[in-house]
Amino acid sequence: MSSDYEYSDDDVDNVFDDDELMADGDSDGDDGMEMDDFKVVPKATRKAYELEYDSLSQPAVEKLMEKDVEYIRGILGVDDNTASLLLRHMGWNKERLIEKYMDNANKTLVAAGVIRPEPEAVKPSKRPITRRATKQRSPSPPKSSGSFTCSICFDDAPGLTPLSLECGHAACSGCWEAYITSKIRDEAEHVCRCMAEGCGLVAPDSFIRGAIDEDGFIRFQELLVRHFVGCNKNLKFCPYPSCTNTVSCPSGASKSSLTTVVPIVSCGARGLASDGAPLSQSQELVKRATGKEHKFCFGCVIDSDHRPVVCAVATLWLKKCRDDSETANWIKSNTKECPKCVSTIEKNGGCNHMTCKKCKHEFCWVCMGPWSEHGTAWYSCNRYDEEAGVNARDAQSKSRASLERYLHYYNRWANHEQSAKLAQDLFAKTEKKMEEMQITSTLTWIEVQFMKKAAEELDKCRVTLKWTYAMAYYLAKGNQKELFEDNQRDLERAVEDLSELLESPIEPENIPALRQKVTDKTVYVQKRNDIVLEDTAEGFVEGRWAWNVSVDGFEAPAAEPDTAL
Amino acid sequence: MASISSRRLQKELTEIHMEGCPVGITLVKADDFETWWFTIEVMGESVYRSEVYTLQFRFEPNYPISAPAVTFVVTDGRKAPLHPHVYSNGHICASILGNEWSPVLSVVSVCITLQSMLASCKKKEPPVDNDRYVRTAPDNPKKTRFVYHDDTV
Repeated sequence: MSSDYEYSDDDVDNVFDDDELMADGDSDGDDGMEMDDFKVVPKATRKAYELEYDSLSQPAVEKLMEKDVEYIRGILGVDDNTASLLLRHMGWNKERLIEKYMDNANKTLVAAGVIRPEPEAVKPSKRPITRRATKQRSPSPPKSSGSFTCSICFDDAPGLTPLSLECGHAACSGCWEAYITSKIRDEAEHVCRCMAEGCGLVAPDSFIRGAIDEDGFIRFQELLVRHFVGCNKNLKFCPYPSCTNTVSCPSGASKSSLTTVVPIVSCGARGLASDGAPLSQSQELVKRATGKEHKFCFGCVIDSDHRPVVCAVATLWLKKCRDDSETANWIKSNTKECPKCVSTIEKNGGCNHMTCKKCKHEFCWVCMGPWSEHGTAWYSCNRYDEEAGVNARDAQSKSRASLERYLHYYNRWANHEQSAKLAQDLFAKTEKKMEEMQITSTLTWIEVQFMKKAAEELDKCRVTLKWTYAMAYYLAKGNQKELFEDNQRDLERAVEDLSELLESPIEPENIPALRQKVTDKTVYVQKRNDIVLEDTAEGFVEGRWAWNVSVDGFEAPAAEPDTAL
Repeated sequence: MASISSRRLQKELTEIHMEGCPVGITLVKADDFETWWFTIEVMGESVYRSEVYTLQFRFEPNYPISAPAVTFVVTDGRKAPLHPHVYSNGHICASILGNEWSPVLSVVSVCITLQSMLASCKKKEPPVDNDRYVRTAPDNPKKTRFVYHDDTV
């Protein structure tokens, strides 16, 4: 992807120019919307930490579905409705569908609910599947002949319109509507089988369109798209609430690729026109100013940017943070474990002669050795060199050290997370400052944008920094880790400097100087961020990083017992 | 939606009044369109010979799109039959009341199905997990996700 720093229009262009799923993403050039303050690197070269992906709106995904349907229709010689039902039944696996269909067409059609299980051959599909039942076909014919009685609501009003699928199980239109609506709305189910008992026929799209209201059909189409996206491993639905965009990212779809890339994608909610028409420049500006990018990871369930660290390690870290709750931390720092049964003991008074409540083991609180060896040496523990005591204290100090190590990383991680949460405040504050600047100086709106840019860049870097701590925690000791931490330190420093500049009070006379400084720093921070991301990404490709725990898809860690927690 | 359920139930009730219930099934009360009671008795040779049970139907507003909640009444001295698919709290494990419900089924057809379920039973015994289920069962059996594993009895 391209960094949003450049006001890129990639996403918009690609999706609507190409029907291809794997459309090439960098064909278009600059759109001339950059600000002169910010000299950005040309985006022709893809950075190591970025990968190719496409954002698709719902209509675009529907187009993909249509293409599949068309393909199947051409090969199997069936109509659109049948092709859709077959594809949905087979989870959009075209190859398997064709194979199965060639093997036994009738059986496949029955299984997909296109026809009823009858010995007769496949019906020619030219016939419209939906039709009004003209004659009495209800399975339990009512006594009053001539008029239609719905077998669901038992209504026999003369104005009733009987509807049925191919099977002829007729029901009135009102019942069909209630039934299909309840399927779609309440059960979120796109497969609506015939209402008759034991009848496996599935209502085709054209039938559903005729049977329910517009809102219901829109929901139905959404369900179909979700089903399609769910079946295709190259596609992923945007996890943000009520966003209907989809991202296609073939390079991040396989599990093995997740050891070398971090497939952070954006669904394009900020720059993707949903109605198909590209936005005008002013609309574009408004959208960028107000909308927030829906960034998420294609490879795992984390719905935010976790670069530079790969999915497996990021997940490991999040899990650890959840496990090591504050309570666990407190217990670890304020209690000791019984050397025999390892139950947790808090000493809140009394002498050092401890008797474990659980296993009745007697030991010395100071040296953790058995009390029996203390003899009469009350309160003055002189048994330091005793092996048992040494071991116990060893284990404890180790646990404490590893806790300290974890807390070191966790505190920094949490600090950046907190800052990210406060970003909203920062943006608001920056906005205010920008207004102030426009009033107190001669700068125009466009000229004070540098503040906003800086704030945005800051936010982005904090996310990177946050995850570098997760990465550093799991990195095995060595030169590589040191290099990584050097890069991390440089970025951290740059970020703090810029942060301070943004917070500094504005005096009319030094605005030009401030602008110069902020602009310079922003570019520098951006560069440092790039370095961290790029170097890490390259490291993954080269297999340069080693972990101190075993991580899915990576080599087992070298023996380094003192860091594992 | 509510009109569907009341209209349909009205028709079902009229039909029951006009044609009467099948042998062994009697309508006890149907004062509203929410709860109906029937008594059910197995005719002919059966382990439940001359035993009368009471069935309760509860209807949701979107009946018959959704299945009715059907249970045996176990209050006021009434008891649920001892049957491998009937729990002692009256809940019935039958697929047509769950995922195989179809809107073309009716109250009478459910009664007949349950009657034949009892009739085909050879041995009176409670479900294997009766105690565990009854302890934790929700009030409405439709909230239970039964596993329909055995359709021989």
